[in-house]
Amino acid sequence: MPVSIEYYLGLAIILFILGAVGVLIRRNALIIFMSVELMLNAANLAFVAFARYWQQPSGQIFVFFIMTVAAAEVAVGLALIVTIFRSKDSIDVDLMNSLKG
Amino acid sequence: MTIQLVLFFILALVAIATAVGMLVSRNAVYAALFLVLNFATVAVFYLLLNAPFISVAQITVYAGAIMVLFLFVIMLLGGDKLNYPSKLAWQRPAALALGVILFIEAVYIVLGQRGMVPMDYPLPETFGSPVEIGWNLFTQYLLPFEVTSVLLLVAIVGAIVLTKTEKK
Repeated sequence: MPVSIEYYLGLAIILFILGAVGVLIRRNALIIFMSVELMLNAANLAFVAFARYWQQPSGQIFVFFIMTVAAAEVAVGLALIVTIFRSKDSIDVDLMNSLKG
Repeated sequence: MTIQLVLFFILALVAIATAVGMLVSRNAVYAALFLVLNFATVAVFYLLLNAPFISVAQITVYAGAIMVLFLFVIMLLGGDKLNYPSKLAWQRPAALALGVILFIEAVYIVLGQRGMVPMDYPLPETFGSPVEIGWNLFTQYLLPFEVTSVLLLVAIVGAIVLTKTEKK
């Protein structure tokens, strides 16, 4: 019995939901950021599974672009976290409630 | 049970276990290392799905560059002291309940799709090879590819501007 696409979609769903729950329950900005990466990765897995299913390389090229966007996002996001840590001495997201630098 | 199915279930177990480990670990360094392992298992899934180029890109870009950047920042900020308890008591059960609802919805939608066939029919020989990916990238997807370079440039400039300290 070969692996069907439902298995890959199920795994992508589970990883995405674990990432979403991580964003909601953790207060550390770095862990929240890692959970976002996990969600992006789950979406990538679904993209590659569909590319295999429809035999279209476009899905894999989308994953390539998503990786680029994720790299850019991580660079800017980590710079933001470092800046926030400098001014507040903490990266607890509950403390980021003033909308001022 | 074919060897592919056995491999899939073992790797799926590892992927889910490392994701849960990332969520519950108190130390941010352990969370980052769990995430590296998770990315590595997903790279093996890409290999199983005939995507060797994406698989290697996953290892180098995600498990390599991005996670090293994460680890640098964790070390810079002092990783083991970065554990903050939640101040809202109802937030954790509410998040878990919302996650379960999202899971039920997603499973309902996937199982509602009719006509999903197993992926055992033969593929073209070159499917997912670097040659084919590169060909598509530089013909059909040339404009998005060029826009990507601008995006990366903006990210570099943004990161430098954000972390630059003002000289008084």
